[in-house]
Amino acid sequence: MFPKPIENSAAGVRIGYQIILPIALFLWLLPLLAIFLTSIRPAADINAGNIFGMPSDFLLIENYLAVFQQSKAGVYLWNSVRITVPTVILAVSLSCLTGYALSVYRFKWAVPLFFVFVAGNFVPFQILMVPVRDLSVNTGLYDTVKGLVLFHSAFQLGFCTLFMRNFIKALPFELIESARIDGVSEFKIFWYLVLPLVKPAIAALSVLIFTFIWNDFFWATVLIQGDHALPITAGVRALNGQFVSQWQLVSAASLLAAIPPVLMFFAMQKHFIAGLTLGATKG
Amino acid sequence: MAIDSGSTTVPGAQHRKRSWFYKNRIRLAPWLFLAPGLIFFFIYVIAPIFESIWISFYAWDGLGEKEWIGIGNYVELMDDERFYTSLINNAWWLVLYMLAVPAGLAIALFLNQTVTGIRLYKSLFFFPFVISQVVVGLIFTWFYNPDFGIVGIVWRFFGASPPAILADEDLVTFGIIFAGLWPQIAYCMILYLTGLNNVSPDQVEAGRLDNARGWKMLWYVILPQLKPATFIAVVVTVIGALRSFDLIAIMTGGGPYGSSNVLAYYMFETALSEYGFRYGYGSAIATVLFLIMLVYISFFLWRMYQDERG
Repeated sequence: MFPKPIENSAAGVRIGYQIILPIALFLWLLPLLAIFLTSIRPAADINAGNIFGMPSDFLLIENYLAVFQQSKAGVYLWNSVRITVPTVILAVSLSCLTGYALSVYRFKWAVPLFFVFVAGNFVPFQILMVPVRDLSVNTGLYDTVKGLVLFHSAFQLGFCTLFMRNFIKALPFELIESARIDGVSEFKIFWYLVLPLVKPAIAALSVLIFTFIWNDFFWATVLIQGDHALPITAGVRALNGQFVSQWQLVSAASLLAAIPPVLMFFAMQKHFIAGLTLGATKG
Repeated sequence: MAIDSGSTTVPGAQHRKRSWFYKNRIRLAPWLFLAPGLIFFFIYVIAPIFESIWISFYAWDGLGEKEWIGIGNYVELMDDERFYTSLINNAWWLVLYMLAVPAGLAIALFLNQTVTGIRLYKSLFFFPFVISQVVVGLIFTWFYNPDFGIVGIVWRFFGASPPAILADEDLVTFGIIFAGLWPQIAYCMILYLTGLNNVSPDQVEAGRLDNARGWKMLWYVILPQLKPATFIAVVVTVIGALRSFDLIAIMTGGGPYGSSNVLAYYMFETALSEYGFRYGYGSAIATVLFLIMLVYISFFLWRMYQDERG
């Protein structure tokens, strides 16, 4: 293990490490801590210049309630759910199919098509912006949740296919081969043999895509106009304009926007990190 | 994979009827599995790339007729002050964002211990990455506020008058990049933590026997084993730097006077401008950004291709 395990060091070093650790974490998360404290402050504190000290009063419930009462935060959050969940389902299930096709069959197009998916995953959003917006307007999908879901799912397919293909490729191929020799149909092999084996990959992908889509801001700005379909990320910006200099409410709204992906991360931490670091360990 | 899929394996009348499909099932199957995803991806990702390049040769407001102007948009770009500002800012993003890689490694080394509660520490350090950039942008906008942000407090503590970072043409880009580094460092950290987990203990022991310590050990024994993690960290950081949009939209909207613009934001601003859409000109900017990204994409694909063969 590198660096040298601290428990083998002198007592002084050990204690020093134990002391530095929480201080470092405190400094690292200071921005979040500050925004949390602000979100439970009375407005008077901010006007009086008490920004980083202890709040004079703890208005946890009042402030967060005020966000819902004075703005459309509730609608925005619900829109985010309506956008994120279908996208996760669509992108992950389609990528099970594409990933399977590109890993199990050795046909001439397997590698080139795989590379198309990988390359597409990396392109800047702006090169897609005008045509995608135009397409959405022409098909009546502009300013609808459905339109955003369709685009997100298609775009995320690049990353999902990369992920699934590499995951399935690492499975023992003999399993599939022997099933074929037994005369099992290709679809049944996929459904009954491969799909149960890729469950961990499905879990990892789902949490990752959930976070990516929940946090998307660019496409929400480009493809959505009205409050009826605006997700919370774009909504928070609108609130920022609405709650001018009411920092306690802006902070509360921001934290509300951050909570779902954070919960997701803590609930599925193992899968999340496994997904994110895929490829970081093998040559 | 020489599978003889003749109908001899499972004889029967119904198989004779669909025997062409049956015989070719191994050849057909991948296309059937691929079709939905591939069509979808083609419509929304692949075709728009070429469409954008095509549109960049037109003058178009998104509503009326397109007018072919050849390389007119690109000629205009050559004289566009704001385009150059964006380009230079993109270069700063690329260079300074790279600091996330060594910084992430440093934190990973710091946290790669087995004391009690370290797992919780690791996840809390990773926290900033999970949060939307919109929220990160808002937090830092507020931090940078000279009147009541943390910058104001620190500067006044030292008796100096605090700078208005986001209103200063020379500082604004660096202020935004600094905000962007926060989640990016967390990302690189998690990549390196996973990498460190897989460093072979035998080699570390062997290194220790050879009297390699500290920096030497890190440089000659550990870093070579972390190469895959470094590669991914560099790739995601480059992509992140070139994709920077959210922070700029939230923190400055490209201002003051376009001084914090990058290509990604400038393109958006031009194409969907309040003063009328300029789809053609925006597409030309997007094409330039795409070409820059293409350098990295090609490099990545080339690396992957080597891996596939090897």
